[in-house]
Amino acid sequence: MLNMVIPMALALVTAAVTMSFWRLLKGPSVPDRILALDTLYVNTIALLVLLGIHLASALFFEAALLIALMGFIGTVALCKYLLRGDIIE
Amino acid sequence: MLDYLLSFLILTGAIFTFVGSLGLVRLKDFYTRLHGPTKATTLGVGCLLIASAIYFSNREAGMSLHEVLITLFLFITAPVSAHMLAKAGLHLGLPSLAKTPEEKIPEKDNETTKTLTDKKTAVDQ
Amino acid sequence: MRRLLPHPLLTPILAGIWLLLSNSVNPGQIVLGLLLGWAIPLLSIHFWPDKVYIYKPLTLLRYMGVLLIDMVLANFTVARLILGNPGRLKPAFIVLPLTLTSDLAISILAISITLTPGTVSAQLSPDRKHLLIHALNETDADALIVTIKRRYEIPLKEVFEKC
Repeated sequence: MLNMVIPMALALVTAAVTMSFWRLLKGPSVPDRILALDTLYVNTIALLVLLGIHLASALFFEAALLIALMGFIGTVALCKYLLRGDIIE
Repeated sequence: MLDYLLSFLILTGAIFTFVGSLGLVRLKDFYTRLHGPTKATTLGVGCLLIASAIYFSNREAGMSLHEVLITLFLFITAPVSAHMLAKAGLHLGLPSLAKTPEEKIPEKDNETTKTLTDKKTAVDQ
Repeated sequence: MRRLLPHPLLTPILAGIWLLLSNSVNPGQIVLGLLLGWAIPLLSIHFWPDKVYIYKPLTLLRYMGVLLIDMVLANFTVARLILGNPGRLKPAFIVLPLTLTSDLAISILAISITLTPGTVSAQLSPDRKHLLIHALNETDADALIVTIKRRYEIPLKEVFEKC
């Protein structure tokens, strides 16, 4: 059962990554691209967790945690740049 | 039994992640696009992480709860990034399907700053 | 006591996070977690100017339960709206007048608003009296404001502010 479900889930999440990437390329505005990047982080976390279950390895957890942390900081820094034209005040 | 629960969680998670990104493609303006990733994906990834926690707790001796950490972290940070993005969008004056609230908030701010300055001048006098 | 433990609530939270991160409950890890939970608030004392008190812990627990249920419902609502006809959506900006005053309570309210059906908190007015909300599909703004006030704001006020 699990062996059948995981490839399906991987396909769905990969499609999600593709759609986020399309929005990242298309824009049309800068916040749209940042939003697409943010979604891409979340999709990547989902992909890593799925791969972790698929390969039965707990090693992917740290990578997922780091992407969550860095993705959040990246999004906030980019928004801050748009709002103030400066990141560190 | 556990197999079915895990499969259900994984599929639900993957479907919600997919729908969240679909919103990014289908919806028409920036502010409505914000809704998809912040909501649909948080529950999607939450389901996947819970599935992972159950899987590894069952597989190895002892509990494996550190996935909960990412879930909690995402639940706290996703709204914050959405808020920042909405703020940036409003700041840049992005086109919106809804009436943009240019007049709504600043007016009230002007009023309060006015009353504040009134008070200040009263104090000065 | 006050100088040694500036934020009594932060210590168990940080210790809990440490235990989750190390993924074990060895006595050694517990001691290390408590040590970190004691040292980090002490070192970062300037970043936490306000004292946090929880007046009604039970209300806070119930609030978290309500939030969790609403979050799951919100996901289904948003998924339905995305899969439906996007052309028929009626997005709207709504101004929510705030009665909360503490920073933490306002942040938690904004997070709750974003996580619950069809709404994203967009902007806080500089005087902290109004919160701008973007609703994905809303026709009755007043009803939404009443719901948010009853469901989230009043419990938060009870928990974090002395009445």
